[in-house]
Amino acid sequence: MRGRTVIAGTGHTAFGKLPGRTTDSLNVEASRKAIHDAGIDKDVIDAVFVKYPTSGHRSMYAQTVSEALGLQPRIGGVWDQGGATNISMISFAAMAIEHGQCEVALVTIADNPKTGTRQAYERGWGDDAVYGWFGVAAGYAMIMRRHMEEFGTTHEQFGAIARACRRHGAANPHAQLRLPLTEEMYDASRTVIDPLRRDDICLVSDGGAAVIVMSAERARQLGVPAPVPILGFGQGQTSWEVAQRPVLTETSAAVSARTAFAMAGMTPGDVDVAQIYDCFTIAALMTLEDYGFCKKGQGGQFVSDGNIELGGGLPVNTSGGLLSETGMPGMQLVIEGVRQIRGTSVNQVPDASTAVVSNQGGIMHTHSTLLLGQ
Amino acid sequence: MTEIPTPAITPINQPYWSGLDEGELRYQRCGACGNAWLPAREECPRCLEDDVTWQASAGRGRIISWVVYHQAVHPSFADRLPYNVAIVELDEGPRLITNITAPVDELAIEQPVVIRIEREADVSIARFAPA
Repeated sequence: MRGRTVIAGTGHTAFGKLPGRTTDSLNVEASRKAIHDAGIDKDVIDAVFVKYPTSGHRSMYAQTVSEALGLQPRIGGVWDQGGATNISMISFAAMAIEHGQCEVALVTIADNPKTGTRQAYERGWGDDAVYGWFGVAAGYAMIMRRHMEEFGTTHEQFGAIARACRRHGAANPHAQLRLPLTEEMYDASRTVIDPLRRDDICLVSDGGAAVIVMSAERARQLGVPAPVPILGFGQGQTSWEVAQRPVLTETSAAVSARTAFAMAGMTPGDVDVAQIYDCFTIAALMTLEDYGFCKKGQGGQFVSDGNIELGGGLPVNTSGGLLSETGMPGMQLVIEGVRQIRGTSVNQVPDASTAVVSNQGGIMHTHSTLLLGQ
Repeated sequence: MTEIPTPAITPINQPYWSGLDEGELRYQRCGACGNAWLPAREECPRCLEDDVTWQASAGRGRIISWVVYHQAVHPSFADRLPYNVAIVELDEGPRLITNITAPVDELAIEQPVVIRIEREADVSIARFAPA
């Protein structure tokens, strides 16, 4: 089904600290902008997929959002794969469209952990909390240590990811953190949970983002001005807690990417630009390895050789990623993938015809991959 | 001062915690397929049978990875900074979250370790020391 569905429109709110805004309102604002961008009438939407807000889970939240949108969709609901949710919802929407279950899907996320609660990121891990085992960041630090010890990956190499994202984000007027990061700043960055430094860790952000998915044929009928074809998608679910994984330095991101590339009939060598989920620098580094952009263990060399910079072989996170644009889980990366294929990014990669986007959730528990292109 | 969170002892995991009280690290083994694991559960995650028995570990293993908290995520650990948390794999196979009772510069992946049961917040817990 390569290219048979498209992303017809995208929209997002401001990113950062948005006191007084509810997730209902942020979902509606992002959706309104996506509907305008697609140039469609609201009433053609017959599917509503919503990521649950980490700051305040509510049962059947997709119905709350649908009411706020004045819609009674045929299908939809709330999906929970943590940060992998958005691309997964886009892929479920595409499959539902392909099988006649709906025609035009709205996929939307809003969350406000910055003004609300960050409890989802800081909770103790069950009975292991008695050992001081708390927080999502610590799980990533555990994987990062193993990668450093096993493959000799260095802080300097992780810093190359943070510096690239921060440099790209500095040019993005919507980015929450527009301060470029120097090597000296990264070196001086406070150790939070060793080996993780402050600048290895993504932002915490309020905000909303949405996309409209429909068939390429429907987009032509509706006169959508700039549809971006979905070439492939995939998912992979490492699932087990970090302590239980036989191998810490590999994840099901590899399965997710293989599925997406097979669907598209493409290989990593065909990709012009990548938006790689960078909640922590180790996540981006391992995703680049697991996707096959470099061999396992060589991610450090790959990122420090300039490949991920604008002008490099694989520019990464051209709007700043989670480290600079917004810490929101993932839809902003899809939106930047769409911009690159439309040719409208502030950091446009010349003649970009294929973009890969990764989303991942938990401590690399879940993964999803999207290939976009003309 | 916030209290350290203590384990939620249930009929399923009670043999684990009472074992530590008695000076013994216990893990579960499947009578059907021989798989060994922690934490406690009701069915074998490999063959799914419910023929689950408790066995005593020799208390030896190796470090898979570790981290050092320089910032307290939970206020009850603020006065212990910096402190480590590690993953240890027992010689019998199960893996667990633990602390290594040694200076940071003695920690390394694959470092052999031996159990050191300690009391924490009125519970016996399984820490490890370099072997």
